Amino acid sequence: MTATAPSSPSTGSGQARIWDLASSVPDPSTGSGQARIWDLASSVPDPEMPMLTLADLGVLRGVREHDGQVVVTITPTYSGCPALATMRDDLVHRLRDAGYAARVEVALSPAWSSDWITERGRRALRDHGLSAPGPAPRAPAGGPVALDLGPTRRRLSCPRCEAADVALVSEFGPTACTAIYRCRSCLEPFEHVKEI
Amino acid sequence: MSTPPDSSPPPLRSSDEQSVGDPVPDGLMSHSAPDPSRVEGSVYDGLLEHHDVVGDDARWAFGTAFEDPLAGVDTTVPDDVDASALAAYCLMLGDDALVLSHRLSEWCSRAPDLEDDIALANIALDLLGQARLLLARAAAADPSVVPPLPEGSPVPAEDALAFFRDAGELRNVRLAEVANGDFAHTVVRLLVLATVRLAVLGRLVGSRDPVLAAIAAKGVKEVTYHRDYAGRWFVTLAQGTEESRRRLLAAVAELWPLCEEPLQVHETERAMARAGVGVDPGEVRDEVDAVLGQVLAAGGVDRPDVAALAGVGGRTGRHGLHTEALSRMLAEMQVVARAHPTGRW
Repeated sequence: MTATAPSSPSTGSGQARIWDLASSVPDPSTGSGQARIWDLASSVPDPEMPMLTLADLGVLRGVREHDGQVVVTITPTYSGCPALATMRDDLVHRLRDAGYAARVEVALSPAWSSDWITERGRRALRDHGLSAPGPAPRAPAGGPVALDLGPTRRRLSCPRCEAADVALVSEFGPTACTAIYRCRSCLEPFEHVKEI
Repeated sequence: MSTPPDSSPPPLRSSDEQSVGDPVPDGLMSHSAPDPSRVEGSVYDGLLEHHDVVGDDARWAFGTAFEDPLAGVDTTVPDDVDASALAAYCLMLGDDALVLSHRLSEWCSRAPDLEDDIALANIALDLLGQARLLLARAAAADPSVVPPLPEGSPVPAEDALAFFRDAGELRNVRLAEVANGDFAHTVVRLLVLATVRLAVLGRLVGSRDPVLAAIAAKGVKEVTYHRDYAGRWFVTLAQGTEESRRRLLAAVAELWPLCEEPLQVHETERAMARAGVGVDPGEVRDEVDAVLGQVLAAGGVDRPDVAALAGVGGRTGRHGLHTEALSRMLAEMQVVARAHPTGRW
């Protein structure tokens, strides 16, 4: 299992916060305990999109040691994300198997953004037939969110055949974080990870 | 898929492997997780189609126990904030989400098409997630709001609030609770409630209660999708066929008398707004009017000129005064939980 410690931010300024958190974790080349813990935690796959690790998805926010226990912090993608408990259990099991007593805490703020999916995660999504999100919309600070009555416009290409002629089927897909598209060229449906 | 030869007994993956920070009594889990080393595999194998996942021991954790949705979140109430008023306020926001979520979930398998079935279920799930966080926040702020349960009951506080309160203790607005009608009825209700909720959450992001602020920041992103969905369907139905327009206009006429209530301020909301913790819904009236005006105009629908449904002696949903529909809904929603107050799932 390969596990990479956070190295460099890949896209977008929205990642600044998570990398700030992660920067407290030492370089794995030093072989320190905390780096090993980060490596273990970051290798756990997402339950619903198992081609992504929790680190690639951007839900893994940090690891620390407290009173002889490993504390892993994760953040939910959506408020009702049913995968959160499974993520928690998977993390605890992975660390337990490696000999660490661990518990998982939830960070609600700052709220998860699809901008936090790493470049490696985006490649993994595409490799598995999912379309990666574009830049997340930014609400004007303090102002109301604009109503959008028109069709959602995204410049996407089919993750299977790369054709640009795709049609939105529904903004709500089989998981909370995806929309459903159809490729008009190869006619295959595909999921697009929504921008939030 | 290949499995390593292994003559050792199957590993136990049950309560003895729960988070040590959150010890779980033996027998809490409803079933033991499948054993990945079994040659015949398990029903879950098909879910794990990626070779780097199959055989990955740490993934076998499908049984999940109850957990605290606010684990690790600092739920200390700011010093000068009335904890019981904060809890009551969280119940108002949480009950709106809980009740609307349940009404939307009633569409499961019954929506006009598969995509909208999934869309309504997604929206219901987002709202249920918001409700869970808000009810948990209410319980953390003031544990006395949580209904008492028999000794040894494993029901967490937010579930006790959802399943063991009677209609008169719920604080949702009545628009959220009236029984479902046709799809147009659901679109109109969702449009109005999502519009008000988005405007309120947008302001709540600045709450002095960091937990409410965080819940709101997440909620804004979700409810933006809900409002757009409802707005687009409103226009589509209004400008669609003669039948779709007839149904939409009927839904508007039926629901409009209930659409004033979410904008009326309850004393708890006023107090929390004054404390910098909550939002006075009166403040969002202009924004809500503007958004609804935009949708009504795009649909070519006149704003109905009807009187708001009155309260009883000044009491409305926020005071626990509800329509009969809520009792019926709760009877179905709560029956299993109430039948087994010490049940372990």
